[in-house]
Amino acid sequence: MRTANVRTIVIWTLVALIGATGWAVLALARGEDVSAAWMVAAALGSYAIGYRFYAKFIANRVLKVDGTRATPAERLDNGIDFHPTDRRVLLGHHFAAIAGAGPLVGPVLAAQMGYLPGTIWIIAGVIFAGAVQDMVVLFFSTRRDGRSLGQMAREEIGPFGGAAALVAAFAIMIILLGVLALVVVNALAASPWGTFSIAMTIPIALLMGFYLRVLRPGRVAEVSLIGVALLLLALVAGRWVAESSWADAFTLAPSTLVIWLVAYGFIASILPVWMLLAPRDYLSTFMKIGTIALLALGVVIALPTLKMDAVTDFASRGDGPVFAGSLFPFVFITIACGALSGFHSLISSGTTPKMIQKETQVRMIGYGSMLMESSVAIMALVAASIIDPGLYFAMNAPAGVIGTTVDNASQVVSSWGYHISPADLAQAAKNVEESTLLSRTGGAPTLAVGVSEIFSKVTGGSLRAFWYHFAIMFEALFILTALDAGTRVGRFMLQDTLGNVIRPFKNVSWKPGLVITSGIVCALWGYFLWVGVHEPLGGINQLFPIFGISNQLLAAVALAVCTTLLVKSGRLKWAWITAVPLAWDATVTLTASYQKVFSSDPKVGFFKQRSVFQDAIDAGKVLPPAKNMDDMHTVVTNSTVDGILSAVLAVLIIVVIADALRVCVRHVRRPALSTLSESPYVESRITAPAGLIPTREEKEEARHAVGAGTSG
Amino acid sequence: MRSALVRVARSVRWYVRELTDESAYERYVAHVRKDHPQAEVPSRREFERMRTDRQEEDPRQGFRCC
Repeated sequence: MRTANVRTIVIWTLVALIGATGWAVLALARGEDVSAAWMVAAALGSYAIGYRFYAKFIANRVLKVDGTRATPAERLDNGIDFHPTDRRVLLGHHFAAIAGAGPLVGPVLAAQMGYLPGTIWIIAGVIFAGAVQDMVVLFFSTRRDGRSLGQMAREEIGPFGGAAALVAAFAIMIILLGVLALVVVNALAASPWGTFSIAMTIPIALLMGFYLRVLRPGRVAEVSLIGVALLLLALVAGRWVAESSWADAFTLAPSTLVIWLVAYGFIASILPVWMLLAPRDYLSTFMKIGTIALLALGVVIALPTLKMDAVTDFASRGDGPVFAGSLFPFVFITIACGALSGFHSLISSGTTPKMIQKETQVRMIGYGSMLMESSVAIMALVAASIIDPGLYFAMNAPAGVIGTTVDNASQVVSSWGYHISPADLAQAAKNVEESTLLSRTGGAPTLAVGVSEIFSKVTGGSLRAFWYHFAIMFEALFILTALDAGTRVGRFMLQDTLGNVIRPFKNVSWKPGLVITSGIVCALWGYFLWVGVHEPLGGINQLFPIFGISNQLLAAVALAVCTTLLVKSGRLKWAWITAVPLAWDATVTLTASYQKVFSSDPKVGFFKQRSVFQDAIDAGKVLPPAKNMDDMHTVVTNSTVDGILSAVLAVLIIVVIADALRVCVRHVRRPALSTLSESPYVESRITAPAGLIPTREEKEEARHAVGAGTSG
Repeated sequence: MRSALVRVARSVRWYVRELTDESAYERYVAHVRKDHPQAEVPSRREFERMRTDRQEEDPRQGFRCC
């Protein structure tokens, strides 16, 4: 038994105290102003303890990571996708791959319940569920030459569960793309500044693509610098355009933007990767890492005060305007990515395991990156909680609820107990040089207002409008990249499936097949986007819960695969480390699905909603917020589609979990029947530290390895 | 002081080149020379084309999240 030295004990006691103080202030403060510093303290203190103790316990005791075992990167090194990558570089790669719009949008919407429920789930969820999932998937995929989650499900659970997982993944991809596109539409609608600067990213990316393909192949850093400079120029120029006679050309209605976005997604996804996707990806990665770093700095320097209530009345009443439903289960569904994200399992299996140097690094790469992602979610929650709650609700409630004038909006928001005058609402829009901020749902505009608030505390108020559009541009940029990349992944899945029936589709470069499948994928997500934009009840209000449910269901698939693998690899005693998060995640998601399907509250249950509106149509009545019979029919169609979708997703996941359970039970009863497709042990010949900072033993080991290399 | 600055600048340059995969070509050349000494080393242009073509064929490589 190793005994800890005094210094270690003192340091960790201090860390624990900082975290505990943060939690205590957040939990006990009522009615007084609370600084965001306490939220940061609670988060960082808890992350440090989770990383140092729980993650280490999982890595060493449960997974028994083996530093002497060669990873796929070492064994199968081909100099391209399989190659041992420095852990610090891989941490950057992995983080850039998992961080996206999700952790920024979800917490902003969840702020309608107050900042406390969101904070608790983001921090507790990541420590016990999200980061555990990412690390365990990474570990098992590394032991299987970087197999994807779908392949692992098929091999370890069976063809039935595997197929259900695949269909779920495809459906989830479509919903994700539709909802992300909706966020962009809501951010760019009637905003010439934003629309112009986002439109300019296309020629900038084409220029970069040409540069990399023809002029100077592979010079990514220099072309990215040029690209970012042009991007900032486009951002500044956006203001000139908005003030010029061109403004009308870039002031687009939501339905026009839908057409542009779907056309963009389709064309971009059939163009060669080098033209648009690769250069955009460099741009958005640069912007993403840069902005997140700036935001972290801004929060720490400005230390703004939280203005949102700790817990709002909507948490218990379940009739919030941003999304309907009570705190349990809908806060967990809405936050999704920042605490537990099924999508990460697609990155943790596939790309990253082919590059990891040592099994011992799964804690730093898998668990560590997810902690960073969670801190991004905390920053988004801070940004949403420091703006005036009245403005927050005016921005995030659908137009059907608060109307389209500042007077009306002020009145409705005041009736919820959040006072903001019509003049203040108009001034807030004017401050960021937008025509209106009412019903700018989807999270991105709210986040942008919060970010501009924080940044202008540091740089001065004159730059407020610039920072707002900077934040909009940064989100829209990587959502557009995701539309392109996601359409390609969806198409790939479709080509693979269709190829089983019609042979030529199997060949992914067969042009007609490529165009047809790209068209199908774009039409599918385009449908949800169109529906979301024209939904009288508010697109985000209706669709975001389905997006959250689908993401959390994918997490359930990943956790089910992990649990099965833990059981099958003789770790039954420790299977709870993923089985408990799985049980929690399944409870939350299936409860949410159940309520979405069966709830008798028309705000929550899709079928109840359908019947209420259908009855009204039969009686010849128009129910608000619908304005005419067409709206009524739209509501009926949409709620039917949404309801069926929720039910299908839930059934698919029950199938996967049940199949996984069957395999686990069979293994426990008759272990001889189960097979484990793990790559055989090969001894590693490289040495590399496990964590960010090498320990004394690891330095010693590295010196020995160098010595042996030169003498032998 | 000066040497410390040079060291920091060097490690920043190294990190950026690695993170953007700008160093991929050198890594590949080193790999080919070491493991397949007989094989021909592609030019940087050819190599970068091969890399994007691979992504074309399997878009799951380098996929990013929501």
